[in-house]
Amino acid sequence: MKAEQYQEHKLPVGGWEVNLSSYRLGAVWHSKADNVSPGASLCRTTGATREEAEQKALARAGELLDRTRRHAV
Amino acid sequence: MAEYAHPEALVSTEWVASHANDPKVRVVEVDVDTKAYNEGHIPGAIAWAWNTQLCDTVRRDILSQEQFEALMSASGVTPDTTLVIYGDNNNWFAAWAVWQARIYGHADVRLVNGGRKKWLAEGRDISVEPHSVAPTQYRAHAADLSLRAFLPQVQAASAQRSAALVDVRSPQEFTGEILAPPGLPETCQRGGHIPGARSIPWGKACNDDGTFKSADELRALYGGQGIDGSQPVIAYCRIGERSSHTWFVLKYLLGFGNVTNYDGSWTEWGNLVGASVERGAAAGAAKG
Repeated sequence: MKAEQYQEHKLPVGGWEVNLSSYRLGAVWHSKADNVSPGASLCRTTGATREEAEQKALARAGELLDRTRRHAV
Repeated sequence: MAEYAHPEALVSTEWVASHANDPKVRVVEVDVDTKAYNEGHIPGAIAWAWNTQLCDTVRRDILSQEQFEALMSASGVTPDTTLVIYGDNNNWFAAWAVWQARIYGHADVRLVNGGRKKWLAEGRDISVEPHSVAPTQYRAHAADLSLRAFLPQVQAASAQRSAALVDVRSPQEFTGEILAPPGLPETCQRGGHIPGARSIPWGKACNDDGTFKSADELRALYGGQGIDGSQPVIAYCRIGERSSHTWFVLKYLLGFGNVTNYDGSWTEWGNLVGASVERGAAAGAAKG
């Protein structure tokens, strides 16, 4: 088996830049969201299509990022 | 273009593919996301979980010598094995594993340049079957603590500027705007950075495909912040894995002689009673 049609792109989510990658393994599409600057892995998801996997990842990433408190410095 | 100081510390994905059946090579995946291996991994690779197999799970510490020996033995590793380690997030915890293997004196341990991301992006073979190995009886060297910084050394470095402190977290963590990478639990009482530290985020050492930047680019990145190998360097982050990545860069790609990883990092300093912190951007923070 190989990862096929790997691609990634950056987009803003909740005021943070997120790197969204996705690819197909067999019949399953996989997606992963991570923060670009801090570099933290946020979530991995799967779906029947690339769009489904990416939408799940973006939704979960949004939930996690919403919890992040910004402090005045 | 200058070569890395220790090019033998890195292998390419092509090299890994061509050594898939080499009995002297043990490929190990170490991910931030410890379930990623199950999704698919390099054929023949085994997995180590950073949060259960690469730390003492009772007291906060790296593996003891005995625990390291047990892990290597269960992994079918001998002192002559070429350990080849890769992982997600551009090798965060893979570098953490390399750091510990070096501490316990494993002679030949290498990172896969580009890690899991590059392997997937190149469409290389993936296996979903766990790989089993024949156990060995591994004996490690005593810990080489010259690779590790503890709190007293960091306090001295901050107070006396006896070593350069490199904060490899994100700029927002460095300034104190956030207490942990977005989406991760806050694990400290105070935000900011260790007084005197310079901000050089770990990711600036990487290209978009996850590989390390060239030696010339790395020298310019760190040299621009006064990190040129002329004085000891202590790298830190939040829990010590991102700073392992920078430790690897400074130690093996640039060849600096005295580089340590402060794995206590911000979760120690930022929770320490009576410790001073600095907030806001430092004058010489590395530009993105």
